[in-house]
Amino acid sequence: MKKLINKAEDVVPEALAGMAAAHADMIKVFTNPNYIVRADGPIQGKVGVISGGGSGHEPMHGGFVGMGMLDAACPGAVFTSPTPDQMLEATKAVNGGAGVLHIVKNYTGDVMNFEMAADLAKAEGIEVAAVVTNDDVAVKDSLYTAGRRGVGVTVIAEKMTGAAAEQRRSLKDVAAVCQKVNDLGRTMGMALTSCTVPHAGKPTFDLPEDEMEIGIGIHGEPGRKRMKLASAHEIVEMMAAAVVEDLPYKSGDEVLAFVNGMGGTPLIELYLIYNELENYLKGKGIKITRRLIGSYITSLEMAGCSLTLVKLDDELTKLWDAPVKTPGLRWGA
Amino acid sequence: MTISRDSIVDWIKAFAVAIEANKDYLTDLDSAIGDADHGANMHRGMQAAVGKLPTVADKDIGTILKTVGMTLVATVGGASGPLYGTLFMQLGTSTAGKMELSLSDWTAAVEAALGGVVARGKAAVGEKTMVDALTPALEALKAAAGGDILAALKASAAAAAAGRDSTIPLVARKGRASYVGERSAGHQDPGATSSHLLLQTAADTLR
Repeated sequence: MKKLINKAEDVVPEALAGMAAAHADMIKVFTNPNYIVRADGPIQGKVGVISGGGSGHEPMHGGFVGMGMLDAACPGAVFTSPTPDQMLEATKAVNGGAGVLHIVKNYTGDVMNFEMAADLAKAEGIEVAAVVTNDDVAVKDSLYTAGRRGVGVTVIAEKMTGAAAEQRRSLKDVAAVCQKVNDLGRTMGMALTSCTVPHAGKPTFDLPEDEMEIGIGIHGEPGRKRMKLASAHEIVEMMAAAVVEDLPYKSGDEVLAFVNGMGGTPLIELYLIYNELENYLKGKGIKITRRLIGSYITSLEMAGCSLTLVKLDDELTKLWDAPVKTPGLRWGA
Repeated sequence: MTISRDSIVDWIKAFAVAIEANKDYLTDLDSAIGDADHGANMHRGMQAAVGKLPTVADKDIGTILKTVGMTLVATVGGASGPLYGTLFMQLGTSTAGKMELSLSDWTAAVEAALGGVVARGKAAVGEKTMVDALTPALEALKAAAGGDILAALKASAAAAAAGRDSTIPLVARKGRASYVGERSAGHQDPGATSSHLLLQTAADTLR
């Protein structure tokens, strides 16, 4: 294992300390239990929006705390869901009297820990709603699995939901926006390499030099299918077809396209992939009207990418364009 | 013969030792079909639980077990935290106020624990989870009702071992392992493996 770390067990707290030092104008970091809140929160009368998950996906979620996006994020150990005490404290910290929305990625551990936290927060008199994101089309048969995983769409949902909360909409409305983004969004991911969890010390799975893994999630778990490495053109065609056919996205649709790097893929390749994606969608009559290209929901140093589409209407386009000021995403402010 | 409070404390310590000894093994099993964190997470949680024992070792069995459960919920994370946390909290609720346990007390506690795990994780037998080890262990305890406690504990550990082995050919339908689908067949479930350690150390220490 070759990593820029001191001790494996100190990776999360030391990275949090670095975030706190670097972004004191936007966020505050609490430890024991660990959570990150907006520096200017809690905001009275505004729905608090929180999310959380294992660490190792940076900038998600902590990098999305700030004006126009999340009010708090709860980082767990690397690739391990945070614990209910973290979400309970974060929920209390961001509660401005209008209720708190939990955005939860559909992973068994995340769902169970957030459920326990919501029960505890409700017992303390805080109104809590939850939306579970589950946009991963790689998981086909949800009857026989834990259901589709929450992946790329989570970033888009956090942005748009945060913008809706900023407009002082009710908890019910804010939750409805988040649900809508999830319902109109689909994602497919792939990996060129595995990744190494610091405390494990070796790659999570073996992937030979000439092979790729299609349908990966974001926790270094293997995907659905292993194939010989193909060209970017072929890879995008295969992934985009799976995404487009699933919703389905139709000719005439306007979409937000999110080309995400898994952590170890350079931007030059992501732009190449974006070009392939735009050409593919053009051929289907689907128009990209908003886009996000970069590494925003990562899997440590894994090389690879995910493609997310979200069907847009006026409401979602405006929520996307609204100002946002966080360590990981910033425009208009 | 009954199970003493002191042996309950010994059991928690023995489980922590077993988790530590099998930390890398559990993580290896998890990396084949999951996300390679089961050993490290359980180790972190059980170390914290053992650290709490001195504060409750003079209390009733229910308090000791509930404290272990709450500590695991707050320190383990992942799916194992809520599942093992719920398991111990249900053991504790079932044994509240007791300073010693009969075989039927222990069987009732294990039944409550399994019920809690099933309610939290919504898994059934045959879905390649810890339920596959815990369910036959409970059945073995029930079958041994009225008999010798040590023999019953041994039988439940043996049943858990068989249940653990039964997960090898199964296709996972719950948790992260379900995402690898058919490829999960041929791998032993890490949760069923740690659940066997729980019952094996119980057979080794409870007196």
